[in-house]
Amino acid sequence: MLVTGKDAVVVQGVTGRQGSFWTDRMIECGTRVVAGVSPGKGGQVASGIPVYGSVADAAKEHPLDVSVLFVPPLAARAAALDAVHAGVGKLVMLTEHVPYQDVMEVLAEARDHGTQVLGPNTAGLVVPGEASVGIMPGHVGSIFRPGRVGVISRSGSLGTLVALQVAAAGHGQSAFVGIGGDPILGTTTLDAIRTLDDDPRTDAVVVVGEIGGTMEEDAAEYVAGMAKPVIAFIAGRSAPPDRRMGHAGAIVTAGRGSGESKVCALAEAGATVVDLPSGIPEALRRSLRSSPRP
Amino acid sequence: MKLLEYQGKQLFADVGVATPDGEVVADAEAAASVAGRLGEPVVVKSQVPAGKRGRAGAIRFADTADAARQAAAALLGTSVGGHVVGRVLVERAVPIVRELYAAVLNDASGKGPLVLFSTEGGMDIEEVNAGTPERVARLAVDIRAGLTEADATRLLDGADIAAGTRAQVAATLVRLYELYRRVDADLVEVNPLAVVEGGRVVALDSKVSLDPGALRRHEDVVAGLGGDQARVETDLERDAREIGLQFIDLDGEVGVLANGAGLTMTTLDAVTHYGGRPADFLEIGGDAYTKATPALRLLLRKPSVRSLLVNFCGAFARTDVMTEGVVGALEELRPEVPVFFSIHGTGEDEAIATVRERLGLEPYELMDDAVRAAVDAAVV
Repeated sequence: MLVTGKDAVVVQGVTGRQGSFWTDRMIECGTRVVAGVSPGKGGQVASGIPVYGSVADAAKEHPLDVSVLFVPPLAARAAALDAVHAGVGKLVMLTEHVPYQDVMEVLAEARDHGTQVLGPNTAGLVVPGEASVGIMPGHVGSIFRPGRVGVISRSGSLGTLVALQVAAAGHGQSAFVGIGGDPILGTTTLDAIRTLDDDPRTDAVVVVGEIGGTMEEDAAEYVAGMAKPVIAFIAGRSAPPDRRMGHAGAIVTAGRGSGESKVCALAEAGATVVDLPSGIPEALRRSLRSSPRP
Repeated sequence: MKLLEYQGKQLFADVGVATPDGEVVADAEAAASVAGRLGEPVVVKSQVPAGKRGRAGAIRFADTADAARQAAAALLGTSVGGHVVGRVLVERAVPIVRELYAAVLNDASGKGPLVLFSTEGGMDIEEVNAGTPERVARLAVDIRAGLTEADATRLLDGADIAAGTRAQVAATLVRLYELYRRVDADLVEVNPLAVVEGGRVVALDSKVSLDPGALRRHEDVVAGLGGDQARVETDLERDAREIGLQFIDLDGEVGVLANGAGLTMTTLDAVTHYGGRPADFLEIGGDAYTKATPALRLLLRKPSVRSLLVNFCGAFARTDVMTEGVVGALEELRPEVPVFFSIHGTGEDEAIATVRERLGLEPYELMDDAVRAAVDAAVV
């Protein structure tokens, strides 16, 4: 689930205010944006790229590797299915507040068509020096620079802070993978960790988790078997517990999901768990010194 | 959005899931007259969006109309799980033979709908699941195909229920699934789903929660619920919601303004870590990043705030736009409390320059230093 400077990217919602602002930023980062999509605006040019009415139309003119969605929540399902059915291999769903049942339908259809989905409610992907797909400040050199530390984050703003800590420690990033803040996601923490573990350009992985869900616990078993060092921060440990209503959520998560449960699972798996993002530089220094390069 | 029991039961009626006869009322006299009309005995149930109402004494049985009046009078106005009881549901009591459990919910791990069923419904379902998870049957549904009667019947395979009841339960599961899809619920739960004398299957409770992201396509459903807000909120929380901000009132002294849920949570963690207490959770992430001015205005209305911590890390949210809003509000309101900034990410150069030039303040290079300074200033 990474992106390279060679990947052909299509931007859905390219003519909107955010779509056009971030298309320019993505191009600044070296991203190969080859087409835009905006229903009813086929034939126009935006940010110097041709605009089509649908991904299906764009796909007739350009081989497409990645689509990134800047579309409103209730339009996201149709836009995502357009990309999936056009055979786009990777789909980055930035949109927040997409109805969950729409997300489930998109993910089921994507699975059957072999499309990898990142998000929804993700800030996107950055491979510094190569490409940026989404709404991360990949163009800000004090935060993102080429290097060998992979960062996985549910949140864009917190991910930015963590990328900054990596840079402050004198490292750069091999990749930033924003998996998204929604409960139901195309790419999980575990999927992203596997990707970075397999990535020869990554020496260490920083995982930024949050309370809620069980994705961090689900990744722990894999982390225990990794040779590359893993550093983790879990946000929200000071939050008062949410008052829940039914039993079904508890039946499904069976006592997992709290900050402490995530910290314990990852620490037991051998990850270095820091109390605050400011602990990341020191953790990186220790981990990268003590661990042999795989 | 969590619905109250009676609201969920209205939706059950729409899809043909049976519930006991009853009516929701807001005063004790009305409770007595409903009890008289339904015929005793009745159950008087507090309408609050909290679980474990039975254990909290928020559900009472009444053998006479007079007893129903007394039960309603005792419950109305009390607090259950942090929620004030504004209404009670008065229902005819039904002769329960057996308590089952049924639910349809979004399953994050399976990335699709999940149907749960157990013959051991009632108050201890979580304990049943913890001790003997095999007694809670699970079925993952492909949302594109839906739940058929045959699927539901298969889920009940091996469950110890009579043939006549089995068909009714299967039909009920299909209807609950239909409701889940129709209103974009993220949870539809019935506990207990009762088998009553004569073999009928009746939903004695409802826990329905609607996906907030989908409410805009269900305005009719929301309107039909009668505007009874299930949530309790403080004045500040209500005002924040009305201007499209997510705000949670907390008890501390350090006012926190940050962008994005993840960064805001982390900022609260840091305040706590350095010995302070946050006054709020106030997030201006996503599209709300242009709302820094009303956000700050709101926060400064809290009398307990002794210092302000502004922590921005711009990705999608532009720190120059957010900072402009905060600085404008500070110039206008001129609060007496000290303000501490940490700013990084998209638009940081312009943002930092704005703070320096217009407020004469120096943003902290490190977030932790800004947090420590704000905590020190708040501890008098």
